[in-house]
Amino acid sequence: MNSMLTVKDLKVYFSVKSGAFGRAKTVRAVDGVTFDIGRGEILSLVGESGSGKTTTGKAILRLVPQTAGAVTFNGEAVSLNNSRLHEFRRKAQMIYQDPFQALNPRHFILDIVAEPLDVNGLAKGKEAREERVMEALKNAGLQPPEDYLYRYPYELSGGQRQRVAIASSLILHPEFVVADEPVSMLDASIRTGIIKLMLQQRNENGIAYLFITHDLSLAWLISDRIAIMYLGKIMEIGSADQIIHDARHPYAKALLKIMPQPGVQRQGERDVLQGDIPSAAMDIRGCKFASRCPMAQDICRQQPPVEKEVEPGHKVLCHFA
Amino acid sequence: MRQVRVNDFFRQVRENKSAMVGVCIIIFFLLVAIFGPMFLHFDVSQTGANIRDTWLAPCRQHLLGTDHLGRDLLAFLVTGARSSLAVAFFATLISMIIGTAIGIISGYSGGWVDNLLMRITDFVLCIPWLPLCMVLASFMGTSIINIILVIGLTGWAGSARLVRAQTLSVKEMTYVERTVSLGARNWHIMFRHILPNVFPIVFANTVLDAAGAISTETTLSFLGLGDPTNPSWGMILYYAEANNAVSRGAWWYFLPAGICVILVVLGFTLMGYAFDEILNPKLKER
Amino acid sequence: MEQTAPRLLEVKDLKTYFHTQKGDAKAVDGVSFSLNAGEALGLVGESGCGKTTAALSICRLLPANGYIADGEILVDGVDYCKLNDKEILPHRWKDVSMIFQGAMNAFNPVKTVGWQIAEAIMLHDGLDKKAAMERAGDLLELVEVPRDRVRHYPHEFSGGMKQRAMISMALACNPKLIIGDEPTTALDVMVQAQILNLLERLRREIHMGMILITHDLSILGETCDKIAVMYAGRIAETGSVDDIFRHAAHPYTQKLISCFPDISKRKEIPDGIPGFPPNLIAPPKGCRFAPRCEFSCDKCREVDPFMRRLSDSHSVACHLEVEK
Repeated sequence: MNSMLTVKDLKVYFSVKSGAFGRAKTVRAVDGVTFDIGRGEILSLVGESGSGKTTTGKAILRLVPQTAGAVTFNGEAVSLNNSRLHEFRRKAQMIYQDPFQALNPRHFILDIVAEPLDVNGLAKGKEAREERVMEALKNAGLQPPEDYLYRYPYELSGGQRQRVAIASSLILHPEFVVADEPVSMLDASIRTGIIKLMLQQRNENGIAYLFITHDLSLAWLISDRIAIMYLGKIMEIGSADQIIHDARHPYAKALLKIMPQPGVQRQGERDVLQGDIPSAAMDIRGCKFASRCPMAQDICRQQPPVEKEVEPGHKVLCHFA
Repeated sequence: MRQVRVNDFFRQVRENKSAMVGVCIIIFFLLVAIFGPMFLHFDVSQTGANIRDTWLAPCRQHLLGTDHLGRDLLAFLVTGARSSLAVAFFATLISMIIGTAIGIISGYSGGWVDNLLMRITDFVLCIPWLPLCMVLASFMGTSIINIILVIGLTGWAGSARLVRAQTLSVKEMTYVERTVSLGARNWHIMFRHILPNVFPIVFANTVLDAAGAISTETTLSFLGLGDPTNPSWGMILYYAEANNAVSRGAWWYFLPAGICVILVVLGFTLMGYAFDEILNPKLKER
Repeated sequence: MEQTAPRLLEVKDLKTYFHTQKGDAKAVDGVSFSLNAGEALGLVGESGCGKTTAALSICRLLPANGYIADGEILVDGVDYCKLNDKEILPHRWKDVSMIFQGAMNAFNPVKTVGWQIAEAIMLHDGLDKKAAMERAGDLLELVEVPRDRVRHYPHEFSGGMKQRAMISMALACNPKLIIGDEPTTALDVMVQAQILNLLERLRREIHMGMILITHDLSILGETCDKIAVMYAGRIAETGSVDDIFRHAAHPYTQKLISCFPDISKRKEIPDGIPGFPPNLIAPPKGCRFAPRCEFSCDKCREVDPFMRRLSDSHSVACHLEVEK
């Protein structure tokens, strides 16, 4: 298999004490997630809050400790051994959701974009450093780059800041980028520019993306494959077309049903799932979605489902797929 | 470009009235301390020629009168400005460096390092600081260097707490996590990210500490623990007290020195509060 | 068209400005729209277009440096612009109420939710505490929250439930018009759908007028009768859902619609709009969208476009000729 990144049964558990004298509870943020990403592929991780999508992305980059599971990058396990980790960090970058918080407000744009160079000891001389930064800014669509070097983040708009963040992630020519809701805080008309930029990087430089979002229509637009997460597990994974036009899992179907279609006046009420997402600290036997599933049966509440491949590349975690 | 932020800060200082009052007072005394002795007619160590020159009230020859030994009090005051301000500056510098270092290391490391450093800090905070200074001063001897060391080594605990709190909050910022994801080492994070974001609070607090340092130095000198070879305002008050200036009615002996101390403390305090207002990071996000 | 009864809401040429260090920011600069009882109007635009300011103007809840420079706000025939701060009090919350942006985080964490709703009731309706708490329970049931939750604290509520509680607070005095400022942003998609269902149901049952302010054009199509698109303090286009989505006449509207992916259509990365919104302190002469519009001509840059009627329901502020 030509996978650049493989994730096998990844688990991230946190221990949380409830109250001063309460017993420690285990929050199963990510509870056994398996997928792989090929070179230059874009996989979207779609889910609501509490699904574990952001934690998955951070755990892959080792920003959050992995409780169990195996992650390999280019065939090698990503270890905590320092030199290997630094090599990995050069090739795998992260783009954050909030462009206002992701940049140090007291640094110049020049320093922010050059930071990966500084940290990895790759900044050879003031001029070479500036050159590389200007090239990265140009590639990120900030023209003319000289104008941006000595500005502070507060002087830029949200879209511009996100481009700076992207320039900084791309300056080391990574192979893999985890993008955590990179456009959700930007205006709709600005989003497309960022999306186009990311796609351009994939097309020109073969960068693979793990695109984390709550917006299924955006995932459809940008990705090759989509994985839908709920309470720490992947409920369904497949190509973008398979998921959008041939979803099998009840949760995926529910998300598609309530997806607003611009300009289409809805007939009657939306078919919503009742209730709220249960807490990830709860110990759920059986299928995690059983409490809200319109199709749930006894077996769903008692036994956890096994992943089934309903079509090549299309997998569903349900007893009744 | 790099000037913009500094210029902006200065503009805000200029617009803040209490800051300007404080700044003017301090600048005035700094000028007096640095250039004053060049304009003096009398040397501070020059005692009076005869008994008639002692205890003189302010007159044309001695603008602030003379002390019990016939020494010109204006000279004493101006020279004393040097000692007092030097002690304030260096002592505060020491406590700022120690406090910032401990605060950042403690806040950033967490775990047992944090616990240990904080318990030490608590210990220093709890000890009544004037008796501690007195004990240390009498133990170490009363040179001006020792006074600076004593004040510096006992005054860092408040800064340490403040810096640690700010470090903890900066540590959680997204841009710090981003730096970690780039593969940055701890030193890089502490110096390039934590320190610049901690510095404004440290600066404002340091100015307030300077006010405290002057007070402490004056108190120590007044209690006789000052350096007799480096006369400071506190020493003036000490001599005044020792020679019964109050009962003699020689107000020119102690009043000017006392007023100077009050003014400098006031100046630093006004500046410190105003800087705190201006540099508060919560107000910084535009 | 003559109306026999006054409309529920009629905003005429509203101008709301903010005092700033560099001059007055013309956040809302000549905005007109109207609403009948029981109708839902969607006010859509991107950040800085003035939609929230327009809403705050209607409720007269502008911040200290904001002021209404000109225009009329007629609610059931009463011009709010002519009332001073004291005279507006009997109308606020009773005729017009508002769900603020991020309101679900505005609960006081140390008071029960029921008490906070009751407080609103006591302040505006003058009921005593017992009656107010009863009514608070009624209101929670109205928004599909179990009645016994009246005694619970905000941290025991989920995000969706808090937003419902906020809606119930806005309904406390039976207003004729409710304004929701981004009521579903920051909520999960499923909860967002639940809240939109709720708002629609309330509108039908209580026959209440509603203004829904959002940047998410896609949800407006399903929820509203009319849509008004705002840009840089002005209205670019108004019309029915069909008018806007199928026959958008303003280039900005067209571009904006294209930015929301539609899974029923072909996969195509939209173009986006180059440039930035104008500086509201010194807006450009002529059409405010001209600098970013691919169809702009000299006239666009010189002359302010006025609202042109394309049909009974559809109006656009643009110089371009439109083929229907």
